[in-house]
Amino acid sequence: MSKYKLLSEHNTRTEGKQRLLHTKVLMNNKSEERGGRCVRYKCGQHTIQSVLRERPGWVEVKDEGEWDFTWCDVGWLKESFDNSYMEEHVRVNHFRNYYELSRKNLMVKNLKRYRKNLEKDVGHMEASKCDFFPCTFTLPSEYHLFVEEFKRSPGSTWIMKPVGKSQGKGIFLFRKLKDIMDWKKDGTRSEEQKDAAQVESYVVQRYIENPYLINGRKFDLRVYVLVTSYAPLKAWLYRDGFGRFSNTRFSLTSIDDKYVHLTNVAVQKTAPDYNPEKGCKWQMQQLRRYLTAKHGRETVESLFKEMDNIFVRSLQSVQRVIINDKHCFELYGYDIMLDHNLKPWLIEVNSSPSYIPSSQEDYEMKFRLLEDTLNVVDMEGRLTGKEKRVGGYDLMWNDGPVFREDVNLETSGSSCFTANTHLGCVNDREKQLRQLLKPFPRQKKM
Amino acid sequence: MDDGSELSLTIAHIVQRLKGSHLHSQIERRAKECLHQPDIKLDSLKEDVRSFLKTSGWERQLQNAVYRELQVQLPPSHPAAPPEHLKEPLAYMRAAQAGWEKRVLKSLNSMSTELGVPLARMRPAAEQKELANKWNEMGTDEPDLASVRPVYAPKDFLEVLVSLRNPNHDGSEDVSVRSHWGLVQVPLNVRDIPQLRRAFSELNLTSGQLGIDDHAHIHPDLFENEYVQIGKKVVMEQDSAAAQQYSRQGCSTGLRADLWALILNSNNQPQDVMHYEQLTAGVIQHDLLVDNLIYKDVKLTASNDDYYFVFEDFLYQVLLCFSRDTAVLEHFKYNSATPPRSFIQGKGGEEECAVVYPPNGVIPFHGFSMYVAPLCFLYNEPSKLYSVFREMYIRYFFRLHSISSSPSGIVSLCLQFERLLQTHLPQLFYHLRQIGAQPLRIAFKWMVRAFSGYLSTDQLLLLWDRVLGYDSLEVVAVLAAAVFAFRAENLMEVTSLGSAEAVLADLSTLKVMPLIQIFLFATAI
Repeated sequence: MSKYKLLSEHNTRTEGKQRLLHTKVLMNNKSEERGGRCVRYKCGQHTIQSVLRERPGWVEVKDEGEWDFTWCDVGWLKESFDNSYMEEHVRVNHFRNYYELSRKNLMVKNLKRYRKNLEKDVGHMEASKCDFFPCTFTLPSEYHLFVEEFKRSPGSTWIMKPVGKSQGKGIFLFRKLKDIMDWKKDGTRSEEQKDAAQVESYVVQRYIENPYLINGRKFDLRVYVLVTSYAPLKAWLYRDGFGRFSNTRFSLTSIDDKYVHLTNVAVQKTAPDYNPEKGCKWQMQQLRRYLTAKHGRETVESLFKEMDNIFVRSLQSVQRVIINDKHCFELYGYDIMLDHNLKPWLIEVNSSPSYIPSSQEDYEMKFRLLEDTLNVVDMEGRLTGKEKRVGGYDLMWNDGPVFREDVNLETSGSSCFTANTHLGCVNDREKQLRQLLKPFPRQKKM
Repeated sequence: MDDGSELSLTIAHIVQRLKGSHLHSQIERRAKECLHQPDIKLDSLKEDVRSFLKTSGWERQLQNAVYRELQVQLPPSHPAAPPEHLKEPLAYMRAAQAGWEKRVLKSLNSMSTELGVPLARMRPAAEQKELANKWNEMGTDEPDLASVRPVYAPKDFLEVLVSLRNPNHDGSEDVSVRSHWGLVQVPLNVRDIPQLRRAFSELNLTSGQLGIDDHAHIHPDLFENEYVQIGKKVVMEQDSAAAQQYSRQGCSTGLRADLWALILNSNNQPQDVMHYEQLTAGVIQHDLLVDNLIYKDVKLTASNDDYYFVFEDFLYQVLLCFSRDTAVLEHFKYNSATPPRSFIQGKGGEEECAVVYPPNGVIPFHGFSMYVAPLCFLYNEPSKLYSVFREMYIRYFFRLHSISSSPSGIVSLCLQFERLLQTHLPQLFYHLRQIGAQPLRIAFKWMVRAFSGYLSTDQLLLLWDRVLGYDSLEVVAVLAAAVFAFRAENLMEVTSLGSAEAVLADLSTLKVMPLIQIFLFATAI
């Protein structure tokens, strides 16, 4: 029987509260010679830590021991990739150049290029299916292009975001060019933004002025997409997710009030009237039910279909750019915003979505998500590779669209296929997993 | 009274109710207009007009209105019966209700004196303007509510129910195995499982249900798809009675809003919208002390709930208007409660200067806003939300906090809950009683709110589908007993009231329909 060792290493970064989690799995091929399993590691509050800890047969490895699996922060990627030769079975939770999708300016660049190619190769109709991101420009490089567009739509509101930051840091809204001219001229902005201006670029994006509101409150959606390969593209969509509400009512009158406009929980937590007991999140199922009750089943189904389109096309736009590596998989957190016409807009893609839970319910959801991610990655070798569903994950794209119905000679003529996605639907994963997986442990051919 | 005259009395009563209503004038107008049409012939005038009204859908609307009147109509009674008998036939219940109301009003008056705030006052112009501007976001207003206390909480009301006694009934028999172990000691007739099985036959194990047979692993072609198609047809036909029958097996999420509006005959006509707007004008003009109770209640309950906090503003918009709606006073004809009266300042004691307070006669208690919160999931426009809520209140919710002998009244529900538990789970009941954890003490708060705030929203709405479908709150008592049955194993092991409460603290994961179905149809009797 092979032994796995799971090691974790904690490095507390000096800046911020972010704990670095570096966990490794060791598989020892000379298992028969060793004694029983050994689980040693420092305890952390990070959800992934708990998931790994509870996985049967996984053991933590410390320091420089050999490992089979690592869930690391992007800062440690270089070390993980470059220092060691990885055997075939080894898995890492990021692609080398993950930033092509998650850095705001690169994502926009890739999306625009993809759209242009579609327009050239296929046509206008197909290209228009990429119109799911708001008009965006990188500053300062595209400043002049931005100014042209700005002048074309006077009075509209724009949002400035630093490309590399997260959790809502450094973001502000403006309506007048002089607001960002001041910034360039180093005016009244805060220290943080001054430094940011020198170190990183910003993207400027047209602000969605008519968001879909629920009783006056703005919200955005967090959806999880797991990619296990880019060439060919294989992507899974998780059924759970959540809507994050702004704590205050939406209004365009005070664009300086970031608590109104930004829905990141991190920002909301610092708002003066933030009441931690006042939930800021709705589970995706709840949101889907609410929308269905208000707008009817058909409208909501087409909304979710449009979201599927966003996920697939955004991945296709970086398909050729991302360095494919069979050792890599990546779990993305997509941020989607709905406007008052129920059109979904892609705000950004996070390659390191937060797993810090905001409530017991949230913890359980993130736990399931990570557990199922490990199920799909399948270090234990229990899957055949032909599955369309693993736990809460539905296979969304497998070098082509995946349908709920089985496509064969008889049905291939029919045109009413439904996509194999169930975002916001019932997640009866435990039952499904029981039927799907054989019990631990099972030898994986190395 | 024989059937014939009873029927004609009913017809006469309904005609009187609908005469002069807006629907009446609309139908008259349409009938007059259709006279110009070529297919209306003079010699067959009556039939032609009738068939015109039928094809244009007006007959169906009239049918729905009649159906609605039948739902709220008082049961037939002796011609010499005084009005209070129509509210509540049992004298001791009337007396208990009157005593309770006195206490509540006293509490409200003393709060008014303590805070130095009048029961009602006209707002100065500046304040009116400010409120009008903030109408859609009243939740941002943070009045000083620290000294406002809810007038009463469900547990205060429970004590009153527990002390109810029928003076004509000799309850002094020794406590034995055959006597009632529970807290409610009044001899009302409540239905047991065999009778409930007959009454709720659509819930049995062989019928499809939403909440059970629409579950993920059951193929939708087996039940759900066809059932939803039927639902769409019902909505298209605009038939109240059909909608009510349909709702017994549940309403699908996409159709529920329309179906409930149909069952309640709440069609949001222009005059309803106007009425609602008048009420909002009333809110802006006058400030009532009960408004503070409403604010406090919303802040304490709905705003702290993960799923309802979003609707805070809606709740104010509905409840503040509700307090001022004198149309609600009509339901006191069949409610055992009587609206409290107060006197205009300076004219205390003079009967002619007594006014009903609050204008709708309903004093909100702790948790009241939870009657409205789940409805926010269904209706977007405040006027529609308002009219559905008002109709639900005057048909069902009022019974949950007034003392009456009605089978859907809270007294009967408590007794029914206790009897079901004692009959079918005697070991559990006995055990809980021994450790000082009377089951009703835990279940009461669920039933007073019809489970709102305790179940997850989608499950709550499935439960309320059946309340509407069967026009009865008994299913709430059945669910309470079913919850105890479900957690019986854990409850048998607890040794105190506190631990029993802990076992039953979180109902958010429960699926109500399987529990009800198993309790009613799979319990050995």
